[in-house]
Parts: sequence; structure tokens; C-alpha cells
Amino acid sequence: MATKASRSAARIMMAPAVILLLGWMLVPLIMTLWFSFRTYLPLRGGDLGFAGIDNYIRFVTSSAFWPAVVATMTIVVGALLITVVFGVLLALLLDQPMWGQGIVRILVIAPFFVMPTVSGLVWKNMFLDSVNGLFSHVFKFFGATPVEWMIDKPFFSIILIVSWQWLPFATLILLTAIQSLDSEQLEAAEMDGAPPLKRFWFITIPHLSRAITVVLLIETIFLLSIFAEIFVTTAGAFGTKTLTYLIFQRVLESQNVGLGSAGGVYAIVLANIVAFFLMRIVGKNLDA
Amino acid sequence: MGRIVLEKVTKRFGEVEVIPPLDLTIEDGEFAVFVGPSGCGKSTLLRLIAGLEDVSSGNIAIDGQDATSTPPAKRGLAMVFQSYALYPHMSVRKNIAFPLKMAKLDQAEIDKRVNGAASVLNLSDYLDRRPGQLSGGQRQRVAIGRAIVREPAAFLFDEPLSNLDAALRVGMRLEISELHKRLETTMIYVTHDQVEAMTMADKIVVLRAGNIEQVGSPLELYHSPRNIFVAGFIGSPRMNFIEGDVAAKYGAHTIGIRPEHIAVSESEGTWSGTVGVAEHLGSDTFFHVHQTGLAETMTIRADGEVGFRHGDRIHLTPREDVIHKFDAKGLRIA
Repeated sequence: MATKASRSAARIMMAPAVILLLGWMLVPLIMTLWFSFRTYLPLRGGDLGFAGIDNYIRFVTSSAFWPAVVATMTIVVGALLITVVFGVLLALLLDQPMWGQGIVRILVIAPFFVMPTVSGLVWKNMFLDSVNGLFSHVFKFFGATPVEWMIDKPFFSIILIVSWQWLPFATLILLTAIQSLDSEQLEAAEMDGAPPLKRFWFITIPHLSRAITVVLLIETIFLLSIFAEIFVTTAGAFGTKTLTYLIFQRVLESQNVGLGSAGGVYAIVLANIVAFFLMRIVGKNLDA
Repeated sequence: MGRIVLEKVTKRFGEVEVIPPLDLTIEDGEFAVFVGPSGCGKSTLLRLIAGLEDVSSGNIAIDGQDATSTPPAKRGLAMVFQSYALYPHMSVRKNIAFPLKMAKLDQAEIDKRVNGAASVLNLSDYLDRRPGQLSGGQRQRVAIGRAIVREPAAFLFDEPLSNLDAALRVGMRLEISELHKRLETTMIYVTHDQVEAMTMADKIVVLRAGNIEQVGSPLELYHSPRNIFVAGFIGSPRMNFIEGDVAAKYGAHTIGIRPEHIAVSESEGTWSGTVGVAEHLGSDTFFHVHQTGLAETMTIRADGEVGFRHGDRIHLTPREDVIHKFDAKGLRIA
């Protein structure tokens, strides 16, 4: 794109994609903003005119707001920790030469292909069910009392399900990063007198830092909006109501589009704050 | 002190025997160069000494101690890799300090040694940079710095100059030689470049397919190569080999004459031929002579002033006292 003609040609050719993408993002965003300033109750009179910032005040002063923020953060941080730690370990394991490597790698990726709704239901009914679940059978086999996972450990259960879904993603990214590590660096560290654990800590982990930040960034964006896993398991009960779930309840269960839209705007702001910090970390890491 | 003795060392990768039984002694303080064409097992041999590969059988002794099953870190050797293998996320200072940190030296001693190494290698201004911000030659020096701070019994170099451009390679070659003179530590250096081998080594080990073809000082190898392979490998341009009737006159199956041992003349000589390509280097001129009836091409090294051109008919006279004679098996006839 060196000449003036080719630059303007490029602009014209990119225009449809840019306009489509902008429209795709801007139309829903503007509609959300619009509704968030209106009293809009579809089953109780429809659009009842401007509400000022009432919706925003009501959303944050509701007793459900702060618990929802805490619930969201708990699930996001929990799932991130588990997927990154186990992702690194699994990636190290899969990097070892072994028989049937190709098949094992495909199997490891498999959970990522399962739809969130399906995996939520499978876990709820086949693993965590207190009567027929695999875990309760194991507990009973050892003479222990089966745990009512969804009731007694709702956060643990949801984090488990979400981590199971996202672990393959983390493993895959980290595996490719591990494979790009120059083996001479590890050999040099070995000659320099670093035992395996120190080689891992001083050579492998710094090498993986970039991949880890990418995993953190992408997973955070997706985990902030998890919904299906909660909908099919606890349906927001036992304190597992996340921000996304709260918005869903406001719009569909309370039939208050204005209030829900205000919540949506808060969620956008929250996601942008997180993204801002993550981008700074990534930017710092990518500089090196 | 680093006297390294290999005794009947072999290495197999599965069914393939890369190194057949091999004996070799490298004396303390010696600069030994392993040289050979690619795939001859010279790097494998170095990695066996380093401990990065396990020997399939045989013994390795370092400084009188059996080190066959000693882990690499405990052998007291330092290695400089072809890719330098610097740690990209650490500054130059931390790179050089890494082996000392692993050895749990106290910080004052680490600083002293790192600064010492940096001043020896002209790296003092770059200590806080990352390897990515350095040029090839500087990275090479950091890698050497990381090796010398450990004060090892011996240094191992695995083709350390092959990633540098030609001018820098000559400079680094001198620096490494000077370092050896100053430290007087055993160095083992792997290269496929016979010029590096000739210029740096106290002792050259010529390898082919894992076998040692000859061990000796550069000039020994140049003056009395044990077989045709060594004769062809050492010396640049390559030695000319002549078979058939001409060789039979000397009582040999093959005779070898180095390009610098043939005199050229316009009018008279033992043999004659047509000049093909003439490479004028200024100091020397290399003539590739065809249609001599001896070999397909004869290479002649003449003075830079000799001005024959493509297609000229010239006469060649070998120096009889430096003709190398080989038997049918390619071995030298004394």
C-alpha cells in the first residue's frame, strides 16, 4: 500500500467490513444505552417514558448487586487459577514423548468442543448428583456420606465445570508455547547447574509468561459472561448469581428491560476496566 | 585442571551406532578441535563429554575421576552453544550470574566475578541490556562470559562461530584463542570449518562417521595426513588427487599434491593443461586447470602476480619432496 491510489482503493475495499462490524457492535450498544434510561416494562404497560438515572441507581443499590459482583469475580479468578496452573502442568506432560501422543492430544482438547449447556448438564447429572452421580458412588464406596455438591459447594461445582471446559484451551496455547522453547536453553541451564525444578522456574515459566497472559486475557473476557453453566445447574440459587445472571433475571424474570439494560452498561464498564488492566500487562509482556 | 580421557566410548541411537568404540585423551590446558563433515558425530561426542547424552558403553574420566554417570552440572565443564542459548528474559548481568546463582555463591562474589568477566570480554557497557538488544558477536561474548565465570575444568564449544558473519568470525576466532592463552584451561571446540581448526587448535581430532581418522597438531595433519580423507579435509584449497599410471610411477595407488606445491610456467613443466576459472584474490591466485590427463580438475595456488587467463595453456611442475602417496585402501605410504 505504497501509492496514494492503492491506499484509497484499500480504504474502499475495507469499508464494507468496517461498516458491518461497527453496525454489529454499535446498534445493540446504542439500544442498550437507550433502554437503560427508560422505564420499559413489556408486560406492565410497555415503554413508559424516560426514567433518568433511576435504573442505574436501582441496579447498584439492589441487595443482589454486590453479591453478584463477588460471585462473578470468585468464578473468574477460581477458573483462571485452575486452568493456568493445571494447563501448565498438562502442557508439560503432553510435551513428553509418549506412545499415542496424537490421540491423547485430541482427547485433551475434546472438552472444549462440548457446548456449555451440555457440559453443565452432564456434570450436574452424571458427576455431581448426590444420588446417582459418579462422585457420590465413589464416596459411598469408601463409606463416606455423599456431598450435595450443588447445594453445599455451589461455587466449587461451577468453577469445576467451567475449568473443565477451559482447561483444554489453556493447555493447547501453553503446549505450543512450551514446544517453541529452545532446548539448548534448557541444556545450558542444566550445564549451569540448575536442577529440574529451577530450570522450570527460571527458564520455562518466564518463557511461558507471554502465553499465560494471553490465556488470562482471553479467558477473562469469556468467563465474565458465563451464563449457561449457571442456568442449567443452580439457576442462580445458593449465591451463585453472577452479574450476567442478575441482568438476565432483571430482564426476563422481572420483565424490566430498563433495569436490565442499566446492568448491561455496568457490565460493559466492568469488562472494559478488566480489559484495560490486562492489556497493560500484556503490552508490558509483549514489549520484552 | 581438566584432563579428559575417553575410553572405548560408544553411542547408539536405537539401532544406529553413531560413535563406534573410541579412545581419546585431551591433555590439561590443551585446545582440542573436533573437526569433520556434518553428521560425523563431532557434536554428539561433545555432548557425551558434557553429559547431555549418556554413553552407550565405555568410560569418560575428567581430571582423573570417572565421570561416566555424573550429571552435567557436576562435571565442572562449561559449554557454549551454537545458538548461544542465552536466557532471553534475563539481562546480560543475570545471564552471566546464573551459574553462580545456581551454585549459591554470595552476592558480593557473584558481582566480583561477573564484573571481572564483563571487563575481560568488553561487555561492561551492556550488562543491563537484554540479549535481544545485542549483536551476534556480543551475544557470543555473553555466552562465553557465562562459561568463564564458573571457572570450569574445561570449556566445550559447539560450533560457536557458525552464526556469525565472516569478518566477525575471524575476530571472535582470535578472541577465543587469546582467551585460551590467558586462562590456560582445557578447551574442546567443535567445528566443520577446517580453517578454524588449523588456526586455533593445539590438537586436531578429525572425525568421520564417528571414527577418529587422525589426531595431531595442525601441522602434523597438514604435512603427513594418515589417509586420503584427512589429506582432502585439511588444507584449503583441497589437495589434488591423481590415480592411475602417474601415481604408479611413484609406487602408489593415489598421489596427492597440495595446490601450493605445484609451480606454473608458460613454457615448460612436467604436466600441461588449460586454465578454466582463475580466482584472483590479490595475494594469491587459484587456477582450476582442466585437460591435464591427471584428474578432472587440478587446483593450483600461485602468486597473486601470475596473470594467466581463462583458456591459456600452462605447464605444471610438482614439488617432488612433498608428494603424498596413498595405497589402494587410501592409507598413507610412508
